[in-house]
Amino acid sequence: MSLSRDQPAVTGSGQATRSATALVAAQKPRRFGAWYVAEHRFRVMRSYLQTVVVTGIGNPLVYLFAMGVGLGSLVSSNMGDSAMSGVSYLTFVAPALLATAAMTVASEEFTYPVLLGFKWNPTFLGMNASPISPGQIIDGIVISVIARLLGTCVVYFVFMLLFGAVPSPWGFVAIFVAVLTGLAFGAPVMTYVATIQQDTGQIAMLMRFVLLPLTLFSGTFFPLTAMPTYLQWIGWISPLWHGTQLSRVFAYGLAEPFWLTVVHVLYLAVLVIVGWLWTRRIIGRRLNK
Amino acid sequence: MPEPVIVARDLVKKYKEFPAVGGISFEVAPGESFGLLGPNGAGKSTTMRMVGAVSTRTSGDLSILGLDPNQFGPEIRSQLGVVPQADNLDAELRVRDNLIVYGRYFGLPIRRVRQRADELLEFAQLQDKAKSKVDDLSGGMKRRLTIARALINDPRILLLDEPTTGLDPQARHILWDRLFRLKEQGTTLVLTTHYMDEAEQLCDRLVVVDKGVIMAEGSPASLIRDYSSREVLEVRFGSERNAQVAGELDGVGERVEVLPDRILIYTDNGERELVQVTDRGLQPITSLVRRSSLEDVFLRLTGRSLIE
Repeated sequence: MSLSRDQPAVTGSGQATRSATALVAAQKPRRFGAWYVAEHRFRVMRSYLQTVVVTGIGNPLVYLFAMGVGLGSLVSSNMGDSAMSGVSYLTFVAPALLATAAMTVASEEFTYPVLLGFKWNPTFLGMNASPISPGQIIDGIVISVIARLLGTCVVYFVFMLLFGAVPSPWGFVAIFVAVLTGLAFGAPVMTYVATIQQDTGQIAMLMRFVLLPLTLFSGTFFPLTAMPTYLQWIGWISPLWHGTQLSRVFAYGLAEPFWLTVVHVLYLAVLVIVGWLWTRRIIGRRLNK
Repeated sequence: MPEPVIVARDLVKKYKEFPAVGGISFEVAPGESFGLLGPNGAGKSTTMRMVGAVSTRTSGDLSILGLDPNQFGPEIRSQLGVVPQADNLDAELRVRDNLIVYGRYFGLPIRRVRQRADELLEFAQLQDKAKSKVDDLSGGMKRRLTIARALINDPRILLLDEPTTGLDPQARHILWDRLFRLKEQGTTLVLTTHYMDEAEQLCDRLVVVDKGVIMAEGSPASLIRDYSSREVLEVRFGSERNAQVAGELDGVGERVEVLPDRILIYTDNGERELVQVTDRGLQPITSLVRRSSLEDVFLRLTGRSLIE
């Protein structure tokens, strides 16, 4: 059998034609390459779609019920319905749980796909041989994670509404704050993972000794100020604390100085941008051998 | 000669101070099947990566389809098909999806990619594996899928890095047949190999590379003519005695090479030389007369055999 041939975009033979054909053919990949990479990620995600859906629905249900309603009733029976600076424990903890969920999703999507892509399932090498450029590979991964984060956070937010945990009409902004939080944690993690040459279980360590402590010491379940002073610095460097506080500002109007709100936004944004750009550099260097 | 699709001039690639490619020059004409032959570590793969516009050269000039890869990487890659030394298929996707997703990287419309994927599955004789997982394919099938994937964009130039290394003889022959068809259809092939038979089967012209430099260039036949004799007599006296016997073979054949396991005698007429050997009272354990091959060319040029 013979393979069908595409009509050449430029007709004629000879070098000028060949160069011109190449210039035309690369236009779309140059512009949309990152989206093609995201498309690849979506196809892969489809293979674990069940996990995405089950955790996406199960997490908010279980956590809001256990923390907000379960633990919350304990808190309110001891300290009253407005125990947390005037709001119920459920209202206090829900925006934090939303941000934490985003961080967890980001910690999955920014780690193994990047680690695998270089070596164990070296899809990056295949992409790199196509018109896609290394930076676009990273951009595509970020796009795909944003999409999954958005989906997860919207579902989470709907459950928060159902539980009656969002008093403010501006509450929906917490969705975007959570996406930003996920990226702010995930982008630097991606930078680190992109430098891993030999897998010796670094990602599992990261989850245990970075992700978990951050969740516990970022003002998630109790205000940062309730912790001893010598532990509070963890909150200040934690994207989760900044994300959680920002999320609370929108979800129930947490009172904090305006400058602090600005600091939250800037800190998160800087982490995203630095992590993203730095990873682009690393992958560019690693793929150009 | 039409304008070459690949022009390399004094191409150099250094890692730190180590020159993996030490200044090589070659040209490839459109539709030609061009080979880089040499042992492992000769710099073939590095050269292929530079031609594939994924590795920046240290110095020298390189032009692919009239474009410089330093500026026009995506443009050049849009016209290439690349079959790397190690398959990098996506184990997380099924066979047909591997082709489809790869076609999308070139910005091809999804409908076109689907149609092309089905054609290529047929070409690679993998129709009934379309829904299989990549990990369930045999080595030969994976290789054919990798080649099918490299053809998804209907490339002008197909780069094949050690296309049949690690495959069993039957799988190699199937692959050669597919590559030969592409050649007949006018696709430019550039391949590296350390297999002589592969180079002889597929290459119109080749360069022999060793330690990052080109040792010789020509068609397989002309290289054999220039650097070897018509026939080779191989005699074995046992690994202990080969070197000792070699001293008694003065004047036999045009040239004698002593390898650890056998002695090669280069000549126009192998049978005649065998008679000469036995006339001297030397009784080889085994003897074999064969045509000269590129292996002999390589041995002559470098003093080493290709597969060590």
